[in-house]
Amino acid sequence: MNIDKKIADDLVANDISFVTTVPCKQLAGVIEEIDQRDDIFHIPSNKEDEGMGLCAGAWMGGKRPAIIMQNTAIGVTINTLATLIQFYRMPLPMIISYRGELREPVACQVEMAVHTKALLNQLNIPTYHFHWQRDVEELDNILKYTFMCSKPVAILTDANFWGGYGDQ
Amino acid sequence: MIRSEILKEIAPILRDQLVVCNIGIPSQELHAIDDQPTNFYMLGTMGLASSIGLGLAIAQPKTVIVIDGDGSVLTNLGTLPTIGNNAPANYILMIIDNGSYGSTGDQPTYTGMKTDLAGMARAAGCDNVVEVQDVDTGAALQAAIDGGTATVMVVKCDSGNAKMPVITMDPVVIRDRFMKSVAG
Ligand SMILES: Cc1ncc(C[n+]2csc(CCOP(=O)(O)OP(=O)(O)O)c2C)c(N)n1
Ligand SMILES: [Mg+2]
Repeated sequence: MNIDKKIADDLVANDISFVTTVPCKQLAGVIEEIDQRDDIFHIPSNKEDEGMGLCAGAWMGGKRPAIIMQNTAIGVTINTLATLIQFYRMPLPMIISYRGELREPVACQVEMAVHTKALLNQLNIPTYHFHWQRDVEELDNILKYTFMCSKPVAILTDANFWGGYGDQ
Repeated sequence: MIRSEILKEIAPILRDQLVVCNIGIPSQELHAIDDQPTNFYMLGTMGLASSIGLGLAIAQPKTVIVIDGDGSVLTNLGTLPTIGNNAPANYILMIIDNGSYGSTGDQPTYTGMKTDLAGMARAAGCDNVVEVQDVDTGAALQAAIDGGTATVMVVKCDSGNAKMPVITMDPVVIRDRFMKSVAG
């Protein structure tokens, strides 16, 4: 299975047409895939809170948005998640590369990994963790759930899911 | 002129437009001067007005006017390259540059010193950047609306705030009536 293609297919099938990204090595393939899709407008942002602002605007303009980012960005976006996305009750699927988990080669990444689920939990953000490739089968349901409840929802995708950081 | 005097003057122009308004006293002033369902008031999240407005302008064809502040643009400077490379023709970013963090007591920002926001916007790739004196805001804003190209306005004015009540409207109500105006 090509998970990059599967993720992009699920976004399109759920009418998500506005995607902002800040890259992570693990996300390179899916970002490239999204760039090639005619039915998705891809707008790179310079910081993830900026990206969430873009998504909020796009949603109010009638488009379904998504953000693709690294888990370290949870540290960047807490204020935006609480005071914009949650306070105004907006849906936002967050496809997040979960660095610092099993098969991670860079020690510094572990420092935010250990806080990631605790922070999401503290924010009452529904959180899913993709560890095996087959976990991607849940994505379609998660996207539907996100727009049903109008909340930010986190999908953490670790190195094992992506086939290993070093050997992908 | 201070911000509230400018807002009073341009209220008739803003009235029929989609407006995304900066956090704090700017939103309180606009709300008190002329509350409209076409106004999206930011109650928090300093810095993101320009980004919310950009997403909105890309997603739909109506003109979007963002009322931003110098301090808020400085805190989200990454917005300028994103605007410079993506802003559609219906996007107007009006930065009320009073050289201060007005809402928090007029502490000076760097735009009152050596920093030039219009120059930064140009360097970031914004093609149509206009510097405006407070008294000319109405004419410049109308020209930007009529011009039909993405515009960044840097409006130089005095620091100071009018005493207006806090917005107590529920954020979901603000958002919902705004979305109905966008779609309507
Ligand atoms: C992250 C964060 N830091 C600080 C504040 C406090 N704050 C609210 S409004 C504001 C000033 C904004 O200044 P500017 O954008 O220039 O608008 P002005 O009020 O001057 O028109 C500040 C510092 C905040 N809301 N959020
Ligand atoms: Mg200011």
